[in-house]
Amino acid sequence: MITKRIIPCLDVKDGRVVKGVNFLGLADVSSPVKLAEYYSQCGADELVFYDITASAEGRALFTDILRQVAERVFIPLTVGGGINTVADFDRVLKCGADKVSVNSGAIRNPDLIPAAAERYGSQCVVISADVKRVDGEFRVFAKGGREDTGMEAISWIKKCVDNGAGEVVLNSIDTDGVKGGFDLEMLKAVCDAVSVPVIASGGAGGVQDFVTLFNTLPKVDAGLAASIFHFGEVQIPDLKKALRANGINVRL
Amino acid sequence: MIAIIDYGVGNLFSLSHSLTHIGAEVTVTGGAEVIRRADKVILPGVGAFGDAAKKLRETGLDVVVKDAAAAGTPVMGICLGMQLLLDKSYEFGEHAGLGLIPGEVRPIAEVIPADYKIPHIGWNRLDIARPHPIFKRIKEGDCVYFVHSYYGAKCDASVIATAEYGANLTAAVAKGNVCGCQFHPEKSGDVGLGILKSFCEWRGEA
Repeated sequence: MITKRIIPCLDVKDGRVVKGVNFLGLADVSSPVKLAEYYSQCGADELVFYDITASAEGRALFTDILRQVAERVFIPLTVGGGINTVADFDRVLKCGADKVSVNSGAIRNPDLIPAAAERYGSQCVVISADVKRVDGEFRVFAKGGREDTGMEAISWIKKCVDNGAGEVVLNSIDTDGVKGGFDLEMLKAVCDAVSVPVIASGGAGGVQDFVTLFNTLPKVDAGLAASIFHFGEVQIPDLKKALRANGINVRL
Repeated sequence: MIAIIDYGVGNLFSLSHSLTHIGAEVTVTGGAEVIRRADKVILPGVGAFGDAAKKLRETGLDVVVKDAAAAGTPVMGICLGMQLLLDKSYEFGEHAGLGLIPGEVRPIAEVIPADYKIPHIGWNRLDIARPHPIFKRIKEGDCVYFVHSYYGAKCDASVIATAEYGANLTAAVAKGNVCGCQFHPEKSGDVGLGILKSFCEWRGEA
């Protein structure tokens, strides 16, 4: 049986992890390299690095950091943020990324996903969608959740998968940051619509939220979170033990 | 010295660094002479079987790998590289492989239930079918990272490990001094590094 994946997400700006972290025993907690090593040792199944830099200098720094991580951490690495062209895919894949996640870039340029999937394979292309309820429907938002695109989310995600995206990260803006649990209703709608792996993001507040996620929606493949891991509110080894105790298959 | 064969297929960054990380001396090379002098040979690969097999033949490296295997050099194929060790593949047509291990490559869709997702992607438990030197550090329940839509079929005599995904899919094969992993040891954390380390220590005995 394939195991359910637990994925910490790190936002990187100008070579440092933002939002800060709060770990015991880690001297330099904003170093992406040290954090990646720490999470890998803790049993994280995959890592997501999100480049939130706006400048060209910051972007160069990001790929340099990514290379350092990939030289030391040997679990799958996904990179997102600032991916607008096939050349951007090339840039991060050469530095050791295994998968590349696209968001606003795919909204602006509908050819990006098919072109990248043809070149690197679907397993390499992740569609990351920021979704929020508006007027009784799920809507796709762009630019980090600031701009309503007016597009209905489920059909948009399905189209991305039909065009070659091999995995979906669904980030619910409605539950993000609330820590009241994942958006099960929204996730179910996506799981019913696509046959590729679905990663739940937004809303995890504690161990029980992951248990509920995988027990309620067995088709969800992975749970992604940031701050609850960074601030030590949830320790990955504890989380995995709890999942296993609840009959959910995880890698220990 | 370990030669990772570079025939223009896929990203060799993680593989070469994972070997460096465990203290191995590594060269990423497409040079026949370098490969002939290597103590060990790794055949990587991602993408479609037909393209990769064609590139191997065009570069003449198919013969170099077969010669290395015949000379007793330990050879490891990884992911598509493992599939290339078999006789043939039915991925988009029919393509000849290297024929170093009897077997053929077929779609996993033929053997798994319809509601299972394809590709088989993620961490899955390695079920050891037969003890092998590359698994000497493996413990019960260890998981490794898979990404594939095709699998090694009709290679039962050479299967040394499987992974359960609605069917027991071939996870690793070995015959004499040639072995192959369907999963990615370079992406399988400490378990994967342990397999690579054991391969580095292996002298090719079955």
